[in-house]
Amino acid sequence: MAKKLMKGSEAIGEAAVQAGCHLFFGYPITPQNEIPEYMSMRLPQVGGTFVQAESEVAASNMLYGAAGSGERVMTSSSSPGVSLMAEAISYLAGAELPVVIVNIMRAGPGLGGILPSQGDYFQATKGMAHGDFRLLVLAPWSVQEAADLVQDAFDLADYYRNPVLVLGDGLIGQMMEPVEFREGRLPIKPLEAKTWAATGNDGSKPRSVINSLFLDPEALERHNVHLKEKYDRMVRDEVRFQSYGLDRDYDVLIVAYGTVARVCSTAIDELAASGVHVGMVRPVTLFPFPYQAVREAAARASSVLVVELSTGQMIEDVRLALANSKPIHFLNRMGGMLVSPDAVVDKIRAMADGRSTEVVHA
Amino acid sequence: MPETVFSRPEALRDVTTHYCPGCTHGTIHRLIAEVIDELGVRERTVGVAPVGCSVLAYNYFETDFHEASHGRAPAVATGIKRARPDLVVFSYQGDGDLASIGMAEIIHCANRGEKVTVVFVNNAIYGMTGGQMAPTTMPGQVATTCPLGRDVDHAGHPIRIAELLSTLRTPAFVARASVHTPLLAVNAKEMLRRAFSLQIEGRCFSLVEVLSTCPTNWGIPPAEATRWLEKTMLPYYPLGVFKTPESGSREPRPLDRGVR
Amino acid sequence: MQNDVIMAGFGGQGILLIGKMLAYAGMREGKEVSWLPSYGPEMRGGTANCTVVISDRPVGSPVIRSPRAVVAMNLPSLDKFEPDVRPGGLLLYNSSLIDRRPARQDVTVIEVPANEIANSLGNPRGANMVALGAYLGATEAVSIDGVVEVVRETFAAKPGVIEVNITALRRGHEIGAAHTVGAGEA
Repeated sequence: MAKKLMKGSEAIGEAAVQAGCHLFFGYPITPQNEIPEYMSMRLPQVGGTFVQAESEVAASNMLYGAAGSGERVMTSSSSPGVSLMAEAISYLAGAELPVVIVNIMRAGPGLGGILPSQGDYFQATKGMAHGDFRLLVLAPWSVQEAADLVQDAFDLADYYRNPVLVLGDGLIGQMMEPVEFREGRLPIKPLEAKTWAATGNDGSKPRSVINSLFLDPEALERHNVHLKEKYDRMVRDEVRFQSYGLDRDYDVLIVAYGTVARVCSTAIDELAASGVHVGMVRPVTLFPFPYQAVREAAARASSVLVVELSTGQMIEDVRLALANSKPIHFLNRMGGMLVSPDAVVDKIRAMADGRSTEVVHA
Repeated sequence: MPETVFSRPEALRDVTTHYCPGCTHGTIHRLIAEVIDELGVRERTVGVAPVGCSVLAYNYFETDFHEASHGRAPAVATGIKRARPDLVVFSYQGDGDLASIGMAEIIHCANRGEKVTVVFVNNAIYGMTGGQMAPTTMPGQVATTCPLGRDVDHAGHPIRIAELLSTLRTPAFVARASVHTPLLAVNAKEMLRRAFSLQIEGRCFSLVEVLSTCPTNWGIPPAEATRWLEKTMLPYYPLGVFKTPESGSREPRPLDRGVR
Repeated sequence: MQNDVIMAGFGGQGILLIGKMLAYAGMREGKEVSWLPSYGPEMRGGTANCTVVISDRPVGSPVIRSPRAVVAMNLPSLDKFEPDVRPGGLLLYNSSLIDRRPARQDVTVIEVPANEIANSLGNPRGANMVALGAYLGATEAVSIDGVVEVVRETFAAKPGVIEVNITALRRGHEIGAAHTVGAGEA
């Protein structure tokens, strides 16, 4: 298929359709309204169904019902809306239902603002809701990658029977870039028929009950162990990251994700033009986090710079990766303000001549 | 030649329920199961269980089931039905689940005209959590969170779900039944049959509110509970069909004479 | 080689549209492109803007703080973005609606009477096309022929406006071409 110039939000919607998702339940919230708008136009063209729910609470529970029926289903929202979905996401994880949830992050806390942010990293990777569960979290840095990861997300969700969260920001949602949807794309995982789905029982298979309730503590513990084994397999098999500029010697290693890493790549190019070489590891999966890649790349640097649009959330995973082996510096903006390439360049120069104070000591 | 005159419906599982003596959940389960059997749709029926006393309903019906989070059963049912319109989908919900935390979901499910059936069991109390005030608790009725009885100045009046939903313009079947006498139980079954049939015909959303007793949390013996339901609940929650897909919207009435 | 530009004006001037047309034409020439609109509070209070990057390499930051070029279609846009133009860069301003001359001495300033030209062509809504043409003439960021094709596609549903818009584009191009500055190095 030829390249099309698409908004990130539209590319995300189209990617879902291309992945065979014919069901979308959502509720309006800025800055991701173009996703439900696109789906409301597109899904009827493929015989699918779009429902504007009365709330994110309802939308996410519609997801639960649709996924329990064995169909591919997606919702999208932005930070405050995802908080409202958190309850259902715990149930989805507990009942092991494959769904794709897109969070186009905006600045918080509370109602916050509507401009880009990365303030939901903790929520996405550590503490979405009650109970003991994990989401696979994918963080695109371009419109093309957003489209690719959404398609992969459906395969991963089905394979692991687990919700997959695509974590973008307002930039990913709003910007237009060329996108190509490859024809004849095959699933990235071996997928089996969803015999567990609750689609009526004619006695040919065991009754299907979509459920997260286990009143017997021994049964619940067995369930928890089963889920943990699944999360361990994700950690073993699904880590994704991109290296940038690691083919040369470098003094500073940047760790950044999403569109912020795009900004950093420009800074790295500009610094390289003046003879200063900086490397970068960009986590593509935030859970599982690429601890080993960060540790190995940092081993070649004298210090590490974490860049985020938050008070400092991913930096905690970088600390875990490095175990105090390297000093860590931090550059951030919040509230919808963006880190510019110039700011990254200035920070790298400040680190070089001692004007930057590390936030984590080696 | 012995003739079978009474047996367990196929759609009901051969298990012991956890319901208390004098509670009518068991009766209501059975009526639903009989209707499912008689309509011949058991193999394509999917139920949605709530949070509340009937949280374990999925253990009692011989159909596929979803266990929903608190109040969200109509949204879950929407998801199932939209994904698989060929399935027969019903939710089974109590008054705390449907009329309190799930009020938005039920109103919007009905208003969208989802082709699902909701069985709403109203026993005027939170059962599973131990007898707290429900949105349907009667004025003056004692509950653990209104120990002096429901004060309508403070907590408002009980919500009449059947009446509320029947104001929606979207075609629907909305009825209220009770099962505390055999004759009423027969009527309730007819209402359930109508509700499921309309869904199967692809006609409309359907809801049957069923009044129920809760001797445990009302703190009275079962027989007395039945009398309390008749004396206290029936006058406030009248039985009957409130809305059919054929009935139109309600026209506003003029102001009463003398109002200026 | 990279060209990047912030185009700004007030809502209704077709700023986001010419930005999209530029990005689309760039993509069709096989270049890497990104188009980033302002959204939210910035869209209120009179200015809408978008950032377009056209590059031979994958586009790094879609957010450009110091653009190589700014196209300012009204005074608030000039006030906001004039200080940001990269030294040695390009500043095009719509002299039909902006009654002050830019103060910057370290950038190439091109005066484009976009509304006057559009009006003289009987196409008062074509000021944006004049500005886009001027930007193309000054930078050759993408070929004007490619943009002409995009104009034909964009207005396919309104064939009556295609030729007047192409004329507006070409008139702008002549003004810009008199000041060709070339692209900056990536």
